[in-house]
Amino acid sequence: MHRRTVLKGAGAAALAGPFGFRAARAQDATVKIGVIGPRTGVMASGAAVSHFPNFKLWEHEVNARGGLKMKSGQRKVELIEYDDRSQPGETIKAVERLAAQDKVDFIMPVYGTGYNLAAAPIYAKYGYPQVTQAAVTDQIDTLTQRYPGLFFVQGSTSAFAQSAANVLKKLKDEGKIGNKVAIVNVADAFGIELANAGRPIFQQAGFEIVYDKSYPLGTQDYSPVMKAAKAANPDAFVAWSYPPDTFGLAEQAKIEGLNVKAYYSAVAVAFPAFRAKFGNSIENVLGAGGIQDSPEIREYYRKHKEVTGVDADYWASPLYYTFLQILTQTFEAVGSFDREAIINHLKTHTFKTVVGDNTDIRKQRLARYWTVGQWQDGFFHAVSGVGFDNYKPVRLKTGWGT
Amino acid sequence: MDVIIIGLLLGGTYALMAVGLQLQYGVARIMNLASGETLVCGAFGAVWFFTAYKMSPLYALIGVVPAAFFANWAIYRFMMLPLVRRAKNQGQLEVDSILATFGLSFVAIGILLALFGGEFLAYSYLATPFSILGQPYALNRIVAFLGAAVVCVGLYIWLHHTRAGLTLRAVSVNPSAAGLVGINVASTSALAFALGGAVSASGGTLLSMFLNFDASLGVIFTLKALVIVIMGGVGDIRGAIVASFILGLTETAVATYLDPGLTLAAAYVLFIVILLVRPEGLFGRRSS
Repeated sequence: MHRRTVLKGAGAAALAGPFGFRAARAQDATVKIGVIGPRTGVMASGAAVSHFPNFKLWEHEVNARGGLKMKSGQRKVELIEYDDRSQPGETIKAVERLAAQDKVDFIMPVYGTGYNLAAAPIYAKYGYPQVTQAAVTDQIDTLTQRYPGLFFVQGSTSAFAQSAANVLKKLKDEGKIGNKVAIVNVADAFGIELANAGRPIFQQAGFEIVYDKSYPLGTQDYSPVMKAAKAANPDAFVAWSYPPDTFGLAEQAKIEGLNVKAYYSAVAVAFPAFRAKFGNSIENVLGAGGIQDSPEIREYYRKHKEVTGVDADYWASPLYYTFLQILTQTFEAVGSFDREAIINHLKTHTFKTVVGDNTDIRKQRLARYWTVGQWQDGFFHAVSGVGFDNYKPVRLKTGWGT
Repeated sequence: MDVIIIGLLLGGTYALMAVGLQLQYGVARIMNLASGETLVCGAFGAVWFFTAYKMSPLYALIGVVPAAFFANWAIYRFMMLPLVRRAKNQGQLEVDSILATFGLSFVAIGILLALFGGEFLAYSYLATPFSILGQPYALNRIVAFLGAAVVCVGLYIWLHHTRAGLTLRAVSVNPSAAGLVGINVASTSALAFALGGAVSASGGTLLSMFLNFDASLGVIFTLKALVIVIMGGVGDIRGAIVASFILGLTETAVATYLDPGLTLAAAYVLFIVILLVRPEGLFGRRSS
């Protein structure tokens, strides 16, 4: 059975041989772009918000204005999509397939830190630029040296831990909160990395860590954790958490009446589903991500919802869009899909994007980005970050409302 | 006291995950690896009902339970029965049904993805504190616990004090002997399978009040249910119930007195110890 399929495939390829040239010419009209991401598996829920809809929006926008303006004329884009099923092995295979078999003009970044890092050697092997998304790591220096076509837009793990600590330190120094902090983390890669990076930073900032425990990924009841954290009587609560636990912890904090003046939870506070679930009770909750309010960004959220039917998040989504704007400008400036020329262009120019007029990724990393956001009046405002001068002032949390 | 109440509430949650599978595996002899997906379907039903009609997700049970019952009956009738007829022995049926339901779980995930998309679905219902002995507990967990209690007690009484329950137990003990005394094994098994599916789905509806779901989360619930069913012993509903509460209490005690990070380890240590001491599970029958 298997062999027959292979033979059939070979036969079809042989038949296509003489006509292959013409077929290729006819397809010249569209640009083939590879998209890989998790439609199923543990990463799927995040990718369904941040990853896939942005590519869809980009395709829609580019094609609506007639396509990409290349040297050879205007060309529409066509996405070729593979599901990596949340398995890095599948991600690698899909990149190989897009490069070797589909011979796509460009491959979009994959979703998640581990997946991007796993695929980096394959992108490098074929010379495709890889502007990682949803990837946060402390290895940026080493990796960008090793792979000249590798870019980061979301910063380092320690930047996230440092910013969260800075936000709390400022509140402490201003006398708005005391120095007792309770810290919990999910016992999984990102959570452990953040907790280890964060512990010394909080101690140096003069905080007393009154509770410091981890819990396994997939925990179904957070009451023991929250009861113990509350009993430690902290002034601030920090959770290096993932999507399911971010929801679970917040719900339990609300039920236990954990009345801290600063409540921080890492991944997923920026998700629209978080606000949809908790409504106004999450007012003044702090979390990873955040975005500066502007008419451009409001317009982006409106378009995102209109075209894809999904609400964009307040962390990765706008960065995806930023990267796609950078990409469009680069493609059109270079005028072709010469991979080396594209990498060079990214390293020598700045771009006008939804997050600023001079978006700079020349050093293979975004020069300015936000790290901590806070829900204020229904918008997840950036209150801390790297490279900016002004942030929205942090507000104190005053209970969980109703 | 705190630990006991939280542990019991968590045990109720686990019972909702496991009792359905217990019926399907214990009576119908189908190791249903799509059990978690059935649960997720129930949860999606509640989410859909809650967002569309702004009504209590508990009302969704009115639709979810019969729908799950008939869907699972159809699955048994058209997909499992041919396997049962073909199987020469229990071992072969188990292998076949595991493969078939494993495939079924992917089909279910695909359908859910197509219908609802892959995002997190969450809503807030009864997420208010309820005070027992001066300590706050989540009201939605208490409601789910009561639901679990109703399901478990109801099933127990039905199984042990009615004629239909008796035939179910007879099939569970020995399908071929049950056939000899005039019990229609095929239809009894179909009933058990359908009932198990309905219980799993209603569990999903109740759990969706405080757990967050996405389309591909079913496998987590299947795994937990599997551990509980095997720990409790195949074929006796009391086994699954008792095992659920032991697991809930153990995890809570470990999280409170030792370290929340050790709950998973504690659960599996318990699993191994029980299997070493009683390989047939807490309430299982020793195979002759």
